[in-house]
Amino acid sequence: MTGHGIVAYASYLPRHRLRHADLGAALGVKSGSGSRVAASFDEDSTTLGVEAARRALTGPPGAIFFATTSPAYLDKTNAAALHAALGLGRDGLAVDLAGSARSGTGALLAAAAAGGLAVLADVRTGLPGSADERGGADGAAAFLFGGPDEAIAELAARVSVTAEFLDRWRLPGEPASRRWEDRFGLESYLPLVTEAGRRALQEAGVTEPDHVVVTSPNPLVARRASALFPARVPAGRLPGHAGAADAGLALADVLDRAAPGESVLLLAAADGCDALVLRVTGRIAQGRQAHPLAAQLAAGRDVAYATYLTWRGLLDREPPRRPEPDLPAAPPSARSQAWKFAFTGSRCGRCAFAHLPAARVCKGCGAVDAMEPLPLSATRGTVVTFTADRLAYSPSPPLIDVVVDFDGGGRYTMELADASPAEVAIGMRVEPTFRRLYTAGGTHNYFWKVRPVEEER
Amino acid sequence: MSARGISDRVAIVAMGCTRFGEHWSASTDDLVIDAVRECLSAVPGTGLADVEAYWLGTLGSGQSGLTLSRALALDYRPVTRVENYCATGSEAFRNACYAVASGAYDKVMAVGVEKLKDSGFSGLTRADPPGDGTAPENTLTAPAAFSLLDPAYCAKYGVDPADMRAAMTHVAWKNHANGALNPKAQFRSAVSKEKIDAAPLVAGRLGVYDCSGVSDGAACALIVRAEDAHLYTDRPVYVKALALSAAPGRAAMDTGYDYTTFPEVVRSAEDAYRQAGITDPRTQISLAEVHDCFTPTELVLMEDLGFAGRGEAWRDSLDGAFELGGRLPVNPDGGLKSFGHPVGASGLRMLYECWLQFRGEAGERQLAEPRLALTHNLGGRPGACVSFVSVVGSELG
Repeated sequence: MTGHGIVAYASYLPRHRLRHADLGAALGVKSGSGSRVAASFDEDSTTLGVEAARRALTGPPGAIFFATTSPAYLDKTNAAALHAALGLGRDGLAVDLAGSARSGTGALLAAAAAGGLAVLADVRTGLPGSADERGGADGAAAFLFGGPDEAIAELAARVSVTAEFLDRWRLPGEPASRRWEDRFGLESYLPLVTEAGRRALQEAGVTEPDHVVVTSPNPLVARRASALFPARVPAGRLPGHAGAADAGLALADVLDRAAPGESVLLLAAADGCDALVLRVTGRIAQGRQAHPLAAQLAAGRDVAYATYLTWRGLLDREPPRRPEPDLPAAPPSARSQAWKFAFTGSRCGRCAFAHLPAARVCKGCGAVDAMEPLPLSATRGTVVTFTADRLAYSPSPPLIDVVVDFDGGGRYTMELADASPAEVAIGMRVEPTFRRLYTAGGTHNYFWKVRPVEEER
Repeated sequence: MSARGISDRVAIVAMGCTRFGEHWSASTDDLVIDAVRECLSAVPGTGLADVEAYWLGTLGSGQSGLTLSRALALDYRPVTRVENYCATGSEAFRNACYAVASGAYDKVMAVGVEKLKDSGFSGLTRADPPGDGTAPENTLTAPAAFSLLDPAYCAKYGVDPADMRAAMTHVAWKNHANGALNPKAQFRSAVSKEKIDAAPLVAGRLGVYDCSGVSDGAACALIVRAEDAHLYTDRPVYVKALALSAAPGRAAMDTGYDYTTFPEVVRSAEDAYRQAGITDPRTQISLAEVHDCFTPTELVLMEDLGFAGRGEAWRDSLDGAFELGGRLPVNPDGGLKSFGHPVGASGLRMLYECWLQFRGEAGERQLAEPRLALTHNLGGRPGACVSFVSVVGSELG
């Protein structure tokens, strides 16, 4: 029905896990077992989106549609930071679809219609003790839409219905969403889901879909709607509700497992319902993401509840007795876009000495303006020496810095993410990851860190 | 690398130095006035009006020559404010010496001052130009940057981390023991090795006692032509060498740099030794005042300055080589460890110890017949530093 199918995809789950038992013990409530996926202090919807997008991208996408309910900035396009971090230069549209969980399917449908990259990312927060806190998840997924001859999944049908009612809402600036009684939302959503789902299946000529994904910020809807549309293949294990990223994570999990020719019904119930029917093609085997969602979900490291609350600004701890760092100034940040956002240094065309950041005068041979770009965001490296700074201003001390030698040349001193001081050693393998170093003066300071490599490719 | 240098062409004929410490009740002006008064009291008949030009070193306690000219109510004299990170005080001295050697002036003063304890923060704070927020020094503190030396040194030379820890502890213990003998030091008590080892961690394996203190202070020197020196004192101190090296920033990007040396220190030491005609620093230098900002720094400096072989400073240090009674006393006045580091003043404070030692006025710290002394400052962090080395002596030739 459309000229564009999914040609590549990837999901990204942050490494931290908040144990429900830890949360329950701290609050003195029963909270069950299991855990939720939690973005680190240096991650936000933009950095999560970058991590998913760079894994999915094979070339310039033409357009970026970025969906989130937790935009890092308002009145400034967050997709522009993704565009810069992906090293896409100047060409192309980059636009946010920021607001509700429905933005996720909105981005998918926009990218399907126009071609381009849909990036769905979210950091889901609730007040301490809330169902949103316990049942939410942070993460991102990206889908590249391109020509049908390259597609790993084609869009066979889509139906959207819309309704206005109060199920979940939040005023700008509020730390958590408000919810009406969940049963009201359930009763409002069921007819919408039923209608959209039936029409979409009919349009696609599918009687019994192989895979069914139902996603909704209302927790009752997913359970009930699954019964309305039984699937041939059982659903996989997913993290909690990830807002605008939820449909993307669920779809990524299906694509991780689906066989050629299989059909997928995606039902996203948020302020209406979007029903998408996809058909998996014979290219799926070559097009699966390298690191499946189930494996990402199984990995992880625990974060203490008090630390998690501090990261989310819900526990106001004594700051370090150091001055807040300077905000990144606009003109220098713009001049160094290739470095700051795309982690591109320079290599001397005469003597090959690598410069991080880029330099005009070669520190190896003195040649002037003889440099070539040296993009390193996808290059792994090795730790030369390291420290844990307990004095530094950091939203989550201690700040760990490592001196990294990148494979093939280039050295930089940078922060180590997703690790504790005891894990660092000379010779440790690390890989770049796009993060928010800190926020000062109402301005996010985005730059690259490294994190431990989980497995060598 | 200087082609000639100015060996034996200028001399220090008077010095002043405040006590270093948390001078809550003293302003920058008070510190400057006290140091300059002590200096001029040693040369009766010479007053502020007789000094032809001034150099003021301060990192952040002032931004122009007015900081000095206003405090002293100078009579429209030329005052140059200089700043070069932690080598700021030495830089004021260096430029003042060159002014006399050039023949432009016969009598000048170098003054260094820093008032750190008005900031409200326990450590040094920075005022950087606006940037893109990506430089490591934007967040990483100085102790953390210098703590990078510790694991790298252990790895390169196969030193057991426990031995390295003991060597770092020994540096702190030695310098505090020396400072306990110095009435002008910020900290004037010995510190046990057990206490040093048990201190709270600051960065890497560096604890509180591995870091220099934070203090206020001022120091100054009156500099004249060498041939005029005996008009002022019978025991002048002659300037043998002044060397400065600023890094190209290569090491921070160079996969060949191993974080066990400061190339800037090696270069500035080579330059200084050549100017002073020193061929074997271990035997020719009587004492050294070096930039012990953090304990591993002093260990690496021993090797970069040629006081110990590569990979041997940790053992030499533990063997007592750099103690007051050792083969080459290092930081006999107590160093930055005991004095803290009021940035603009530190380089001149180091020279002040050489001045006292040459004159036999170092009290309980007095060394036997010192002839040549070295002072050294290091600014920046491993990978890109400015390094200053001077050699001064008690005799001409």
